[in-house]
Amino acid sequence: MADSTLAAYRYLLGAQVRSQSQYRASFAADVVGSLMFGVIDVASVLVVFRVTPTLGGFGFAEVFLMTALAGCAFAMADLAVGNVERLRQYVRSGLLDALLVRPLSALAQLAAMDVATRRVGRVAFGVIMVAVAAAHAPVPLTPARLALLVVTPVAGAMIFGAVFVATATVAFWWVESGEVANGLTYGGLNFTQYPITIYGTLFRRLFAYAVGFAFVAYYPTLTLLDRADPLGAPAFLGYTSPAVAIAAVTAAGLTWRAGVRHYRSTGS
Amino acid sequence: MQSHPIESSAPSGRAYLALAAAGFKRYATYREAMVAAVVTNTVFGFLRFAVMLAVLDAGARTVAGYSEPQLATFVWAGQGLIGVVLLWAPLDLAERIRSGDVVTDLLRPIDPVWQMLAADLGRAGYAAVTRFVGPVAAGALVFELYTPRRLVTYALFACSALLATIVCFGCRYLVNAAAYWLLDARGPNTFWTLTSGFLGGLYFPVWFLPDTLAAGLIVLTPFPSVIQIPLDVLVERGSPGLQLALLGVQAGWVVTILALCHWVQARGERKLVIQGG
Repeated sequence: MADSTLAAYRYLLGAQVRSQSQYRASFAADVVGSLMFGVIDVASVLVVFRVTPTLGGFGFAEVFLMTALAGCAFAMADLAVGNVERLRQYVRSGLLDALLVRPLSALAQLAAMDVATRRVGRVAFGVIMVAVAAAHAPVPLTPARLALLVVTPVAGAMIFGAVFVATATVAFWWVESGEVANGLTYGGLNFTQYPITIYGTLFRRLFAYAVGFAFVAYYPTLTLLDRADPLGAPAFLGYTSPAVAIAAVTAAGLTWRAGVRHYRSTGS
Repeated sequence: MQSHPIESSAPSGRAYLALAAAGFKRYATYREAMVAAVVTNTVFGFLRFAVMLAVLDAGARTVAGYSEPQLATFVWAGQGLIGVVLLWAPLDLAERIRSGDVVTDLLRPIDPVWQMLAADLGRAGYAAVTRFVGPVAAGALVFELYTPRRLVTYALFACSALLATIVCFGCRYLVNAAAYWLLDARGPNTFWTLTSGFLGGLYFPVWFLPDTLAAGLIVLTPFPSVIQIPLDVLVERGSPGLQLALLGVQAGWVVTILALCHWVQARGERKLVIQGG
C-alpha cells in the first residue's frame, strides 16, 4: 500500500476518533456503557454456575476462560468493524456511492469512518478478564501456552470480524434484512462463551464447524488447559485458530466483493 | 410551551382506537422486518435453551424451581415476548425531541403519553400474533414445552403480557424523554438494555439469583415486570394466589411508571427547545 493511501486512512480514522471524543462526558459514559456489556457477559456465567457445578462436562474455571477469550475477541472485532452492520442504511440511502467513487477500498473506509472508539472499554475489560481467567484456571506458564493465550483472542477477533463483514454483506441482496445478522454476530458471542458440548448436533455443525466458532475459544481452551475434547477432536486443533481465522477473513472478503459487484445504486 | 389547552374536551375512545389500529397496520406493513426478527429471536432461543438444558443435564431434576418443560416454555415464550413488549426499540421519540419534530405531537389535542401508548398497544397486538407465535412454534417443534395445567392461566398470562407491554412502553418512554434534557438518549438506553436483559429474566430467570435478591428485584424494580413475571405466570411457578399477586405487582408498576411518564413529560415540555430552521 502506498504511503499516501495509508495517510488517507489515518486521516479518516483520526478525524473519527477526534470527533467522537469531543464531548468528554458523553464519551466517558459511552465507554462505561460498553464496558458494562462485557461485565454482564461474565456475570451471566457466574449466575449460571450458581445453580450448577458443571456445564457440558466443564467446570467453572474452564468455562470462565472460554467466556473471557470469546468476550475479548468479540470486543476487538466490534471495535474495528462492528459498525459495518450500518451498511444497510448506506445501501438504502445510496450513501455507499460516495465511498465507491473514492480511490480507496470501500470496506476499509467503512471501518475507518464507523470505528466505535467507545468500545475500547469493552476491549480493556476483555483483556483483563483473559488474564484473570488464565491465572484462575490456571494456565501453565510455558512459552507455547503464553503465545497461544495472546494469539487466540486476535484469531478470534478475525473470525468475529469476518462474520460481521459477511453478514453485513447480506444487505447488498436483502436491504430489509433487519437484525437477522445479529443471530450470527451477537449469537456467535453467546455461542462461543460456552463449551460446544452443550449444543445440539445441528447447531454445533452449523456454528462450531461450518462458521468456525469452535476455534474462537473452545479448542484453544482445551489446549491451554490440557483437556481432551469430549467430542474426540485431536489436540492440535487448539493451535489452528489462526489458520481458520485467515480462511474466514478470505471468505468474508470474497463475499464482500461479490456483494459490491451486485450493488445497484438507488440512483438518487 | 403551553401544555394541551384543549385537554378538557377529552378525546373520545375512538381516537385512541384509531391510533391503536394505525399502530397495528403500520407494523403489519413491515413484513420482512417481522420475519427477520422472528428468525433472530428463534436462533437466540436455541442458544439460550442449550445453556438451560446443560444446567439440567448436570444432574438436577429441577433448577430454581423450574422443571425442564417449564424452562423450555420460559425460554421460548420469553423469546416471543421480546417482540410483544418490544424490549429494544429505536430511539424514535428521542430523535423527534432532538430535531424538534416532537412539537407536532404536542400540538394535537390529545395527551402525548396516551397517544403513543395507544399506538404501541396496536403494535403489540400485531406482534402477539406474529413475533410471539413464531419462536414459540419453533420451540414446540423441537422441545417439549410446558402447557398450563389450569385453564385460567391463559387468561392470567394474557393480562400479564398486556401489563408487561405497558410497563415496557413506560420504561422506553422515560429513556427517550431523557432527550428533553440531554438531547440524546443513548446513555439511558444503554442502561435500559443492560438492566432489562440482565435483571429482568431474559438472560436467565431471576430465581437463579439468591431468593431474597430475586424477590427484591421483582417487587422493587420494574424490570422483572416486563419478562420474568409474565413467564412465571405462564409456567405456573406457584399457586393461583401467587399468580394474582404477581399481576398486582405489575399493576402497581403500570400506575407508577405511567404517572412518572406524565410527570416527566410535563417537566420536559417546559424544558423543550425547538431547534430553529
